[in-house]
Amino acid sequence: MQVATGKSVLNGIAIGKIKVYTPPKVVISESLVEDTDAELARFDEAREKAIDQQNALYEKAVIDAGEESAEVFSVHAMMLEDDDLIDATKEIIVSQKHNAEYAVKTAFNNQARVFAEMDDPYMKERSADIYDIEQAVLNVLFGIDPESMQGTEPCILVANDLTPSETVRLDKSLLLGIITREGSLNSHTAILARSMGIPALVQCGDVASKWDGKMAILDGYNACAYIEPTDDLMKSLQSKQDADNRQKALLQELKGQSNTTIDGKTIKVYANIGGPSDIGLVQQNDAGGVGLFRSEFVYLNSKDYPSEDEQFNAYRLAVESLAPKQVIIRTCDIGADKQVDYMNLVKEDNPALGCRAIRLCLTRRDFFKTQLRALLRASAYGNLGIMFPMIISARELNECKQLLKECTDELLEKGVTIGKYSIGVMIETPAAVLIADELAEECDFMSIGTNDLTQYTLAIDRQNAALDPFLDTHHPAVLKAIKMTIEAGHRHGAWVGICGELGADLTLTETFLRYGVDELSVNPVSILGLRKVIRGIDLRKTPGETD
Amino acid sequence: MKEIEFTVNDPNGIHARPAGILVKALKAFNSKVTIYKGDKNADMKKLLALMGMGVKQGDTVKIQIEGDDEETCAAELEKALNDNF
Repeated sequence: MQVATGKSVLNGIAIGKIKVYTPPKVVISESLVEDTDAELARFDEAREKAIDQQNALYEKAVIDAGEESAEVFSVHAMMLEDDDLIDATKEIIVSQKHNAEYAVKTAFNNQARVFAEMDDPYMKERSADIYDIEQAVLNVLFGIDPESMQGTEPCILVANDLTPSETVRLDKSLLLGIITREGSLNSHTAILARSMGIPALVQCGDVASKWDGKMAILDGYNACAYIEPTDDLMKSLQSKQDADNRQKALLQELKGQSNTTIDGKTIKVYANIGGPSDIGLVQQNDAGGVGLFRSEFVYLNSKDYPSEDEQFNAYRLAVESLAPKQVIIRTCDIGADKQVDYMNLVKEDNPALGCRAIRLCLTRRDFFKTQLRALLRASAYGNLGIMFPMIISARELNECKQLLKECTDELLEKGVTIGKYSIGVMIETPAAVLIADELAEECDFMSIGTNDLTQYTLAIDRQNAALDPFLDTHHPAVLKAIKMTIEAGHRHGAWVGICGELGADLTLTETFLRYGVDELSVNPVSILGLRKVIRGIDLRKTPGETD
Repeated sequence: MKEIEFTVNDPNGIHARPAGILVKALKAFNSKVTIYKGDKNADMKKLLALMGMGVKQGDTVKIQIEGDDEETCAAELEKALNDNF
């Protein structure tokens, strides 16, 4: 068995035979031609055919992957009609007497280089579009049928790289997974694979042509592929795949349905995520938004303080790709059990009660303001909520708001656009519960972090297994704290959600609904199960009553 | 000759798809349409040249429209710019 690693585009498992795709080798002749008119005609014909193909791919992609992902193909068609590009190609045919293939390659490569050399990352990526349409025109000129790359059996397709056109052309009913040596998580190909729901591994340096025909498992959860896997591994991943399929069946049943009880009460069901790589999961599981985006990944995945731009790009990616859905990003929650070397945090005897989360941020204000500026800049791209963790006083919340205002002024002075956003706090301590009225007056929403709230209310360390006999996760004090917070929020027009583990505890869903909770934010894979439970609840009945 | 000054609001600047739509709309007119940003300029009826200008959010561009249908062309362009960028 060989284990190959890469970057995973989608959490999913594919099991099947590998088909290695090697692009047909073509040689472009550099010898000169006599009949330049014939070459001009060949180019025109090939270009028009390529435009038709791109338009057809657009139609296919709209159905397979949605309008937004499909747009790349309508852009391709427009690029193929660009006068400069056409003129440059024809010029090479006419004045240098080269054949159509050579002219296309030269002129299109020149244009791709122009984009590749631009500063703007978006424009840089457009060079890939030019290479894609270049390939499309060359394929027509060489008479290569791009449909034939896949074969006729279901397979995991392995290739050096795939252009967006190649990806969309693939027959989904025969495509189990994709593994490529090149490509990035944000390439069009990755985005298309994600929206088509196909497990894919990119940047897999181990790709080898000898894999052709071998049995393999693509494990998207662990970003790896097993070539000729052992029987045990096959068994365990097959059962994982079965679980995925059950989840898919649930999705078929519940996708697009509202989270509404039998008697007509609707709440929001959002997802908790740990980074932009989970965006696909949010969409796959039909979450209404993101209720808790843990921003720690930007700090934990980094060897030094992450820059404002790095953070901005990550936040923007999430906010923009999920718009108009709400994305609530929790500001830095470093400290206690989450440590990073470069921050040189002082070792504390009692870190859970120490300088963590907002306390750290309000101590190191420049550090905090970097994150706030990145968040404010991202607000222009969608529906952002900014949430502050470990707040225990209205003064802290107001200090955060003051810093947000300072950052806003700094950015506006530079001409940066800032969008609308909402402000919330996490309720994680008995202190916050007891002053929830004051906090609710100062913010738009409150989200109850039940893990910390339980730990601080019961004074029980949740990491300490010896305390398990004393830990009642449904302790009446915790439930009462949740109820008090919801009621306080509603008195002041703030909506209240739950984003801790209790939010996904299906035995408590009805209780929370009776308390009046507005939102439950859970692990993406728990969303549909939770929706199913909500849709079966009837709040007109006495609690505990069954049919 | 007509002249339009426009500041781009779209966070993505003048990016591919709306730029393509703009180019298509302009091709229906006889007028020559030239976009200026700093010391660079481009024929706005050409998609790749227009994209190559790298117009970003916050940039102010000057556009000159010249030809027998410049009045209607300028009006259409101004509307398209406000709608898309």
